[in-house]
Amino acid sequence: MSLRIFEGFRFTYRTTPIHRMDPRPKFLIALTIFTLSLIFMNIMILLLLLIGQLPLVYISKSVRRWLNSVKGGAALAALIFIMNFLTGSTLVFSLTMTLRFLVLVSAFSLFFMTTSPDDLGLVLEKAKLPYELSFTFTTAVRLVPTMALEAQTIIDAQRSRGLELDRGNLLVRVKKYIPILIPLIVSAIRRSMELAEALESRAFGAVKSRESLVILKMKPSDYAISLIAVAILIAGVYVQLSIPIPSLDTGIRMPTLWSL
Amino acid sequence: MIEVSNLHFSYDSKEVLHNIDLKISDGEFVAIMGENGAGKTTLVKHFNGLLKPTKGEVVVDGVSTRDSSVARLSRNVGLVFQNPDHQLFSETVSQEVAFSMRNFGYPEETIRKRVNFILETLDLSSYTESSPFMLSGGERKRVALASILVSDPKHVILDEPTIGQDYQQKDKLRNFIVQMNSQGRTVVIVTHDVEFIVECRPRIILLSKGSIIADDSYDRILSDSELIERASLTTPQIGKLMWSLRDLNFDPKVLDIYRAKAILEEMMGKVVPQDL
Repeated sequence: MSLRIFEGFRFTYRTTPIHRMDPRPKFLIALTIFTLSLIFMNIMILLLLLIGQLPLVYISKSVRRWLNSVKGGAALAALIFIMNFLTGSTLVFSLTMTLRFLVLVSAFSLFFMTTSPDDLGLVLEKAKLPYELSFTFTTAVRLVPTMALEAQTIIDAQRSRGLELDRGNLLVRVKKYIPILIPLIVSAIRRSMELAEALESRAFGAVKSRESLVILKMKPSDYAISLIAVAILIAGVYVQLSIPIPSLDTGIRMPTLWSL
Repeated sequence: MIEVSNLHFSYDSKEVLHNIDLKISDGEFVAIMGENGAGKTTLVKHFNGLLKPTKGEVVVDGVSTRDSSVARLSRNVGLVFQNPDHQLFSETVSQEVAFSMRNFGYPEETIRKRVNFILETLDLSSYTESSPFMLSGGERKRVALASILVSDPKHVILDEPTIGQDYQQKDKLRNFIVQMNSQGRTVVIVTHDVEFIVECRPRIILLSKGSIIADDSYDRILSDSELIERASLTTPQIGKLMWSLRDLNFDPKVLDIYRAKAILEEMMGKVVPQDL
């Protein structure tokens, strides 16, 4: 079992136009893709939403890590497909749900890969969120890949003690995750307590009004991208509400016990 | 026997191990040393199949790790991880220690006997019903060690076993490891602790930037200043003392405290007290 999916959510600094972009238009792009993937149930549109992200991934020079996150999500995507198809949904519907999941993984992977947690914190502060809350959020984002690495080490340690995660029925397999989850939770609690102590010893929260060294400033290109993202979102909502899109569903489905 | 031939391992297209060739015979005592990020832990994770080679082969007791599961290999290759908190989860120390034996399908009576024996051996018998989370760092480390040794693996790999141990516990650990080795078990230690290594006197495999840069006895490697520098290690205290006295004809390659004592006795013409 690999947790490499989380690699695709870790920010790495690169000098690409996507990395240099203000975090707000990037968030708008992610939000647009998120909303469109939820309102449309057409497989071709979802495929377009996935393919449409490829140029951005290429420009951000993150193809390998993006592929890792999509590959990492493939297992869950396969589960979504199987669960839908086996429970009586049509083939096209099952594929659509799977594709929707991959579109979401891809969009947020691209956002987190190219947006520094510090920039994210600045955006939240600009949105008048209390600093304690924005700090908690950015710390959580920052710690996701670290915890994924830790989870992988725990899995390795337990496998070295003979734990076989891929054997047994579903219930047995779920129970086998207890030796993984407990050390992970204990370690997270320990880490958070140590972090709290380290923060307090560095006078965290001592000053009520904070000044930021870096101030986010939208460039004309950022405004243009934001406008395009909002326009696509509005157009998408309009199309969904007023233009009937022909369904590609051929009705092929797996015969279930209750349909026989 | 553990045989590694032409092992290459890449992580995300970055090569972490490069052309590793080595043989560790049954009953041998080996230390794998090198700077941080040299690939020591990555190498030993190949011994029980947790990692599979990108190129080359690792064969343990005649079985390629590619053809066997981690669970099967772990019966013979016990790997104790560096951080005990990465494995502790049970309510009591005895349940924690019994976990691997239950996974391997041993009968309950055998498990009970083995658990009691190993807890006694590692000075943990007074904590049998305690929660492993309530123990000190050093004690948790010994619980992790016990949980691997309980199933009596033929080859034991210890990743940084001395971290977090006080001097007395380090001494006990050394005696225990030496005893395990003298009973015929292969022992592989991954460590930076040169003083501990000098006392254990193993063969050293020195790694740097993913390649083996030396494979020799502990005294030859730890008295070679160039190798020590390349692997970001340090000369043991006795070696430093002998080096600083080299103008008085002291041999700077001496690392063993008893040999140093004999040399001092000879130089001073009198017997140095036994409790040196």
